[in-house]
Amino acid sequence: MIVKDLLGNGFRLICGDEQREIRGCYIGDLLSLAMSRIQKDNAWITIQSNINIVAVASLMEAGCIIICDGFSPDDGVIQRADIQEVTILRTELSAYEVAKILSKYEI
Amino acid sequence: MIELHFDVDGNDFTLAGECSSKVKKMLTQIGIAPAVIRKTAIAMYEGEINMVIHANGGKIDVMVEPEKITVILKDTGPGIKDIKKAMEEGFSTATNQVRELGFGAGMGLPNMEKYSDEMEIDTVLGEGTTVKMVFYCN
Ligand SMILES: Nc1ncnc2c1ncn2[C@@H]1O[C@H](COP(=O)(O)OP(=O)(O)OP(=O)(O)O)[C@@H](O)[C@H]1O
Ligand SMILES: [Mg+2]
Repeated sequence: MIVKDLLGNGFRLICGDEQREIRGCYIGDLLSLAMSRIQKDNAWITIQSNINIVAVASLMEAGCIIICDGFSPDDGVIQRADIQEVTILRTELSAYEVAKILSKYEI
Repeated sequence: MIELHFDVDGNDFTLAGECSSKVKKMLTQIGIAPAVIRKTAIAMYEGEINMVIHANGGKIDVMVEPEKITVILKDTGPGIKDIKKAMEEGFSTATNQVRELGFGAGMGLPNMEKYSDEMEIDTVLGEGTTVKMVFYCN
């Protein structure tokens, strides 16, 4: 699936590439766990919204970050994500609800 | 041999991870295997973050040779009181402020140990900590 498949269904693209491919998913808010668990092209579902998520997603080549539960990225996150070519979405949905939607695509 | 040097600012959270990103980019450009880049990036990022959140910054030297990548992180922070304890998964002295940002799982040093092929920690209380990690290229 690609990021675009999610748009509209309660997901909003904050920055990045709507054609970005997503494969697999990791859910978690602890950065040093996410750091070793995220696989290339994973959608990373988190409530973290500070600038450090960009570095983690970029280093692990995550497909996108999905900030859930209505959190918004902090100042500077979008600029940094643009530079590092990290795609970010946000949604009011919970991590569980997001994962249920992703699972329909059997990613 | 390629050598890179970085000064890590201990006051700027927003730049944490920048050195690891640069190293990753360089390793990609010179054609190092993706699996080697991944383990180097994970371990170096954890070391870089530890310098920022626990030691007020420091210096990083990276040496890339055909057969191995060496990363040396040197800080003049408080040092580590009990290395054995610090290496345990889940042990952390991170402040609440830092935990709110998602740090403090106590997984950084265990990740560094797991993803490096060799790791040595030299630490003196009140003087600082030097971590040397080696990653084999094959
Ligand atoms: N460079 C350092 N200087 C001083 N103390 C350190 C340094 N690196 C690690 N420590 C100590 O070792 C502990 C464990 O480090 P570790 O990286 O495993 O966990 P953490 O940084 O607390 O959390 P996480 O890495 O999961 O975000 C730290 O909480 C800190 O007390
Ligand atoms: Mg750490």
